[in-house]
Amino acid sequence: MSISSTTDVVSQGGRWGHRGRLQTLLLMLVAGLALTLAACGGGDGSDADSGTDETLDLSGDDAEAEETAADDAGADDAEADEDASAEVDEESAEPEPVEDTPEAVEVTGSVRLITHDSFLVTEGLFDNFTLETGYEVEVVSGGDAGELVSRAILTAGQPEADVMFGVDNTFLQRALDADLFESYESPGLATIPAELQLDPENRVTPIDYGDVCVNYWTDQLDGPAPTSLDDLTDSAFASSFVTEDPETSSPGFAFLLATIATYGEDGWQDYWQQLTDGGLTVTPGWSEAYYGEFISGGGDKALVTSYATSPVAEVIFAEVDYDEPPTGVLVDSCFRQIEFAGILAGTENRDGAEQLIDFMTGTVFQEDVPLNMFVYPANSDAAIPESFEQWATQVDAPLTLDPADIEANRSRWTQEWAEIVLR
Amino acid sequence: MAGGAAGVFLLGLVVWPLAAVLSRSLASAGPSEALSILGRGSVRSVALFTAVQALASTAATVILGLPLAYCLARLRFPGRQLLRAAVVVPFVLPTVVVAAAIDATFEAAGWDQPLIAIVYAHVFFNLAVVVRVVSGYWATVDSRQLEAARMLGASPWLAWRTITLKQLSPALMASASIVFLFSFTSFGVIRILGGLRRATLETEIYRYAVTRAEFDVAAVLALLQLIVVLGLAVSSAALQRRAASGGWRLGRREPVNTVGRGVLLAGAVTVVLVVQAVPAALMVAQSFRVADGFGFDHYLGLFERADVLPVSAASAVVNSLLFATGAAVVATFIGVAASSAIVAGGRLGRALEALNLVPLGVSAVTLGFGYLVGFAAFDLRQSIWLVPLAHAVIGVPFVVAAVAPAMRSVSLRTRQAAAVLGASPAVVWRTIDWPITRRAALTGAGFAAAVSLGEFGATSFLARGQESFTAPLAIFRLLSTPGQTLRGQALALSVVVGVVVALMAAFLERGRSSSVSGPGGLL
Repeated sequence: MSISSTTDVVSQGGRWGHRGRLQTLLLMLVAGLALTLAACGGGDGSDADSGTDETLDLSGDDAEAEETAADDAGADDAEADEDASAEVDEESAEPEPVEDTPEAVEVTGSVRLITHDSFLVTEGLFDNFTLETGYEVEVVSGGDAGELVSRAILTAGQPEADVMFGVDNTFLQRALDADLFESYESPGLATIPAELQLDPENRVTPIDYGDVCVNYWTDQLDGPAPTSLDDLTDSAFASSFVTEDPETSSPGFAFLLATIATYGEDGWQDYWQQLTDGGLTVTPGWSEAYYGEFISGGGDKALVTSYATSPVAEVIFAEVDYDEPPTGVLVDSCFRQIEFAGILAGTENRDGAEQLIDFMTGTVFQEDVPLNMFVYPANSDAAIPESFEQWATQVDAPLTLDPADIEANRSRWTQEWAEIVLR
Repeated sequence: MAGGAAGVFLLGLVVWPLAAVLSRSLASAGPSEALSILGRGSVRSVALFTAVQALASTAATVILGLPLAYCLARLRFPGRQLLRAAVVVPFVLPTVVVAAAIDATFEAAGWDQPLIAIVYAHVFFNLAVVVRVVSGYWATVDSRQLEAARMLGASPWLAWRTITLKQLSPALMASASIVFLFSFTSFGVIRILGGLRRATLETEIYRYAVTRAEFDVAAVLALLQLIVVLGLAVSSAALQRRAASGGWRLGRREPVNTVGRGVLLAGAVTVVLVVQAVPAALMVAQSFRVADGFGFDHYLGLFERADVLPVSAASAVVNSLLFATGAAVVATFIGVAASSAIVAGGRLGRALEALNLVPLGVSAVTLGFGYLVGFAAFDLRQSIWLVPLAHAVIGVPFVVAAVAPAMRSVSLRTRQAAAVLGASPAVVWRTIDWPITRRAALTGAGFAAAVSLGEFGATSFLARGQESFTAPLAIFRLLSTPGQTLRGQALALSVVVGVVVALMAAFLERGRSSSVSGPGGLL
């Protein structure tokens, strides 16, 4: 027995050098990454933790942003994906109200915001809020809109946060029925168009809106682009069209609602039957559709259910300079999604929550929204970035349905949809 | 005593959150309502399909993994260490990328075989579990019995079936259980490759809990999952206990000098190439693809913060590494403690044996929402410590799967002999148990780190701040906005995570091998 062990020890000696290199490689990798982390700025991810330092940083950042904006004024926007497209586009925005008084702010407390996984603001944005109110903002993410509502229902009375942002009009009624929110009439509502304010009791406040629309890759269509939902049933389009399962995907559900809003309670089933007969493809989620099946991700489908602002992102995050977006939007297919924020019932910081809602409806936050989340600000005073003006398709008459109808029929609609499309 | 620590850990991080969320969800539904949900025809067919695909995936993974496990354990060939490390890479690759690649391959080939595609994907992801757990154990199995049987005239097949397979069965059962549970609760693979028609208990629980907010139905389905897991855990445990210990002996690695060995090695390598390397290579190739050919642009892009991420991808990788290290340390400690209690037997051991597998077999939503409800009162929900702890919970069963069979293989006689010769219990542990345990523990630690790096199961349901932004979250977010550079960076980041895991595995390998010299001299 000792012989075999010795053999192995010897053979290990022989391979020692090899393993030593691997170990060194790993250590180098870790060290390299650590250095990068340090170089990328201490601000990484700690924006809410150290209010004082961050506030000091901010004035520097801000000056830099203005400088960048000045430098890049007139530069091709398509190149703006470098490191600061948000800042670059602030040329059209009002300067942030942080004056150059980099004095330490006394942080008196914190307010916690739970939001969806796609939530993003420019680094340091909430420092403005801290400066104004003394409250730090802790951002936590908790899944998509549906998951946010489910989480909140399960934790009713012991909310995970003070404010929730990200519930949309398709889940609004469920959230209201479950009494998740406390009413609050923010002064910011004055700047928000009435058609976005869906709750008369103001338990939720509209923050942004966008449209789910069918997109197409323009030069991969054989003929002219479709101009109506009816056109999509043409098998040349239907067989090249990928959409998402309404039960698991928010854009997928919005597109189902678009067809229900267009063809009515008795007509949409037939429409989907035609799409299915034409060779429609369905994926579980947006990523699988857009990056798995659609041209953009290397697939062969020329039409996909996405957003009205997707062409803007295609340009900003392109690898080549586009003069115009490679994708177009079928305006007749657009269903409006409005995202709301609300004060979670049972909050222990009602004052901070109210102030956060006010801040989120103000122009500083509102003008930050478009290029980070690719949606439009609810506040009509907020400036829209130039890239949106230039490349986003204007949707003047989006399709909508009453949130109460959506909630009452959601299960039945998706069930019927599955029976037609998935069979 | 150590087993007690493991018991407290699992009680607090598994039993308590599950009890909290299930009791809350079922509060409104009576037993008769629950039974009527279970009686639905749709639920029965969903449960049946869940079991069928999981069994098929497990069988395929074991059959394809065994030859490779043998080659890695018993043969000496160039690139052995590399192969052993590389086989783990797929384990952490993002489902959405891999499943889409497999889907495209099947579509291009014109195969409309969702079940086969699902099994293929499960083998791709889980091959490492069988290969690493079994080969680690195989290397220590005493081959003298096999040699004796062959000398007495048994055919190679008979000898292998009656002796080797029996000797391997503890590690085989342990790893097969894990593969079964992973396939049983697989989510993305089923959604993408199942063609939407096919639902499993896992996808149904998600649907009822998240999309429909019908928590009572979700909870009933979750209970059904729990029953299956516990049933599996108990029977696997019984089989493992019954398996005779073959004794511990570090075998020699043989050169590949016979036709049989050559064929086996070629076959095993072919499996890795076809099942694992092809989809992975497609992903790597795409990650280098830029507008004007190929280049490193996407990789360099990871060092700057992309506009859709709160931090740079590189710092997300650092966060992931920190969590993975923490999770691996905790999981290894708890897993070794649990294993020693399991091997010692007794009520605590049996409870731990079943309990440690539960986090793998219950739905991610159930456990994730369990943390939400269970820790509401203590406000631990957003504690940054919950992330590595939850990762560790999923890592523990891997450590147990590797360590418990190894500990069992140390024969009582060896320990008694040492004690009779005057060794104190501490010396027995240090000189006999620990060297063997350590090898296995490092295999388990590697998986615990990989589980953390890949964000499996419930960990994806934890709400968390941006200071704990990890690589898988970054991949997810990059793949949620249109744009070629974002997609390219998501692919590059996936490759980086895969390489990091392979390096970690290779690093731990070093510790694994260098620790085996101890008991050889003593025995």
